[in-house]
Amino acid sequence: MMTTRSRLPQVLAAGVLAAFAVGAQAQTVKVGVKLTYTGIGAEFAQQIDRGMQMFMKLNPEAFGSCKIEIVKRDGKNPGGADSKIAVQELITQDKVDLVTGIIYSGNAIATAPLVDAAKKPMIIMNAGTAWITNLSPMIARVSFSMWHAGHAMGDAAAKTLKAKTAVVGYSDFPPGKDSLEAFKTAFEAAGGKVIDEIPMGGPAQVPDFTPFFQRAKDKKPDVFFVFVPAGDHAVGVVKTYAALGMRQAGIKLIGPGDITQDFKLQAMGKDAVGLITMHHYHADLDNPANKRLVAAWRKEYGADTTPDFMGIQGYDGMAAIAHVARTLNCKIDPDKAMAALKGWKFADSPRGPIMIDPVTRDVVMNEYLSELVMKDGRLYQKTIGTIQSVKDMCKELKVGRCGK
Amino acid sequence: MSARELGLAAARALADRHRLKWWEALPWLAGLAVFFFLPSYLALSTQLVIVILFALSLDLVLGYAGIVTLGHAAFFGAGAYTVGMLAAHAGWNEPLSGLAAAALVAGAIGLASGLVLLRTQGLTLLMLTLCTMTLLEESANMGHEYTGGFDGMPGLSFQPILGLFPFDVLYFRSQYLYALAVLFLCFVVVRILVYSPFGQSLTGIRENLLRMHAVGAPVRARLVIVYTISAALAGVAGGLFTQANAYVNLATLGLDRAAGVLIMLILGGYGKLYGAFVGAIAYMVLEHVLAKAYPTAWQLGIGLLLVAVALYARNGILGIADALRRRLRAPLAR
Amino acid sequence: MDLISIALGGLAAGMVLFIVSVGLSVTMGLMGFVNLAHGGFAMLGGYVIVQTMKTWGLPFFVALAIGFVAIAALSAVFERLLYARLYRASELDQVLFTIGLVFVMIASITIIFGPETQTVVLPAWLRGQTDLGFIRYRTYSLAIIAAGVLLVIALWLGFERTRIGAKIRAAVDNRRMAESLGVDVGRLFTITFAFGGGLAAVGAGLGAEILGLDPQYPLRYLVYFLIVVAVGGMGRVTGVFFAAALIGIADFALKIQFPKGGTMFIYALTLVLLLWRPQGLFGRRTG
Repeated sequence: MMTTRSRLPQVLAAGVLAAFAVGAQAQTVKVGVKLTYTGIGAEFAQQIDRGMQMFMKLNPEAFGSCKIEIVKRDGKNPGGADSKIAVQELITQDKVDLVTGIIYSGNAIATAPLVDAAKKPMIIMNAGTAWITNLSPMIARVSFSMWHAGHAMGDAAAKTLKAKTAVVGYSDFPPGKDSLEAFKTAFEAAGGKVIDEIPMGGPAQVPDFTPFFQRAKDKKPDVFFVFVPAGDHAVGVVKTYAALGMRQAGIKLIGPGDITQDFKLQAMGKDAVGLITMHHYHADLDNPANKRLVAAWRKEYGADTTPDFMGIQGYDGMAAIAHVARTLNCKIDPDKAMAALKGWKFADSPRGPIMIDPVTRDVVMNEYLSELVMKDGRLYQKTIGTIQSVKDMCKELKVGRCGK
Repeated sequence: MSARELGLAAARALADRHRLKWWEALPWLAGLAVFFFLPSYLALSTQLVIVILFALSLDLVLGYAGIVTLGHAAFFGAGAYTVGMLAAHAGWNEPLSGLAAAALVAGAIGLASGLVLLRTQGLTLLMLTLCTMTLLEESANMGHEYTGGFDGMPGLSFQPILGLFPFDVLYFRSQYLYALAVLFLCFVVVRILVYSPFGQSLTGIRENLLRMHAVGAPVRARLVIVYTISAALAGVAGGLFTQANAYVNLATLGLDRAAGVLIMLILGGYGKLYGAFVGAIAYMVLEHVLAKAYPTAWQLGIGLLLVAVALYARNGILGIADALRRRLRAPLAR
Repeated sequence: MDLISIALGGLAAGMVLFIVSVGLSVTMGLMGFVNLAHGGFAMLGGYVIVQTMKTWGLPFFVALAIGFVAIAALSAVFERLLYARLYRASELDQVLFTIGLVFVMIASITIIFGPETQTVVLPAWLRGQTDLGFIRYRTYSLAIIAAGVLLVIALWLGFERTRIGAKIRAAVDNRRMAESLGVDVGRLFTITFAFGGGLAAVGAGLGAEILGLDPQYPLRYLVYFLIVVAVGGMGRVTGVFFAAALIGIADFALKIQFPKGGTMFIYALTLVLLLWRPQGLFGRRTG
């Protein structure tokens, strides 16, 4: 007699097949992107956004079977309050699995309590104040801390450039002060002396740098370390340096790569030749992943566009998200996501190999000492030194707020 | 008359004396409705309530006393930083007394600056208020050890309101009702003030300064008093900002905030008490909706709205409403 | 740092402010109209100048001339069609209108050209340094100073020696009286508004190396334009000139000596000056 018992294998088989079918359905990972799409940060938002798009375009298999849904919100300004609303709505209305973006440190600081309370992983794609990653265990950063470049440059200025005295000019807000402190700590530890510290106006508008640079020139240092926010400030710096004839006076202009941001570079013209910068990325880096990215970028956005360090941060941020999505099989559990991020290594980043430090959740990466030269009629960054696996020294040395 | 009739008569007398209209309950009912029906919009709504309070304080000086100021954020920021610094450095984080402290500090700054600045008028007064505010902003930046400078003061925490209602970091529920309650109380104060003889004299000063001088009204004193009260209210709004967001930074003292609240008030209609509500809601909701749909184009939309209202209305949105009402009534008046 | 470098550096920045703001001062003095969109016209002019240089490779000075004409025409059109409707309106409605207008300008430029800063490529002879005998200084700064000084002289002569200048001065001092004497104040305003707008355009193009040029330009520098107008005294060309020079030099000198105070000094200085002389350095005391 054909009883249910003989039909059991069929039922079982059907059940197993059904289970496979359900499991094989691509689950959607919702990613909330908060960037300052309007206002003064609009250009940077565009770079980061493009970097994200480029990663998804060039590496579609990185997400495994997961579908990625991106929800964008405008943070509007560095003031914090609007970003807070944007992130709150991403979490409570759009119900995203992860939050990313965040250009300005003020916005990161304002939104940290939200992601902490809601337990949503936040992957920071720019904001560089060193102690931000201490604000919540839900925060990981793929971009940089002011100390990565500042500290490394202080060290290099004394050892490679053989400078004994330095004047530091900086925009008067926390990243500038961070940069000053980072540079000074390393420079003086290596035997140099910072003979003057000049605050040069705020980040909100580009001041006329002439008075500040004049003061620096009169002190006659070996090097003039300058930190200003990336963008128009940097162009002003380079022009003023040239206008005052400081190179002829024997003062080298050095700084973190913010002052030679790639998409502003060509606008600086011949005046910028000789600038020495320390950064985790520039578009002329010679590795296969970067060459591939630059070519694809130019093809997609125009022959006179270029990725820059913000674009790369968008790219790598997306890589981190892809890693999390794939590792967790498209189901984003907050604690498992943070565990997946800690210690994550990405060898194929256009900036060289990077890693997320398992203790601080901040990025560990190479820093490149570069000099601007003219090559084939355009400005070109020549790498003159590489420092590998640089950590954020602020948290490492537990300086000030980084130690909390 | 029975007790009930007496009660009704008393209520009507109260309503008449304060010229209460039935529709004045609507904003508050709407505010409560938002809490129940739009629970995921409470972060935005809390900011909106705070801005309405700020705009209301500006209406006192601008709409009623005719003082055009681009520096009102000085008082907002002063209140915000008072609450923030008390919480961070003195461990004083009881919310209600924090607001009182904010009002006091902001009011004091209002009194001091009012005494000095209200001797002038027009463009000069405008620039002086702007400079005062910017100097305060720069001081806050320079004192960054205490104020957190450009990045602001993170990690502030406050005790539960009245010891019962803790601050809700993610959903802003308690913040919203708290802000709404504070707005209500401040609104009652402003309304009483505006309909009082003092308030009427302010309108006199605004409409015809020479005549007020001629009748011997103490013009300067009145202006300074209303400026101080307005500053204190702006300080309360600022204090609310810090408490609701657990965060304060230089943007509370910035020109963007001062200019923004001025625009909202003019948009809604100044000197009408509810212009602050209408203007702030119209501006911020529109900004929010447009920014979600077309991030780059919202400024275009807002700009066109402002131009249209300025060209076709004589006093903001409420001005349009007034004109419509008059036109609707006119044919009947024949 | 010697005094001459400070004077020249500050003067250059001040002259850019002067060239852009002089139109604002005269129109505010003439019609009492609060035109917060003035920086917007300057910005539009800057973009016209940069684009004509980029797209058609025209030389710098030709581009400046085109910028002047284009924005003067645009200003005249706006004045007739829009601004004229608000002359009788309250100050606050004028503020609302002009802010709305500047938002529209900023948004339009952002949509068409993007948010990036525009770069001006100066002609070769303006780059580098010039030897004046007693000092070597940046040629570009010297050129701007020369332009500002020439402009103030030309404007002064225009106001003092021409009929239309006399009419404008009369209307600024007492509009009702001027009208009753038969001066067509409406037409005067269109002409002044157009001229002021054109000058603002030239100022933006000329000063792009110092002040930069991007969609946020109008709001970022609005405060400085207003400060220069208020301190100089509304409607006084020489007033604006000296106020701009004073503010430029003071700002420069104070930044060198006390960089920590930085941007504070302009505001403190303005506060002191306006409290001391509320009508501006050169203004006439009213009522």
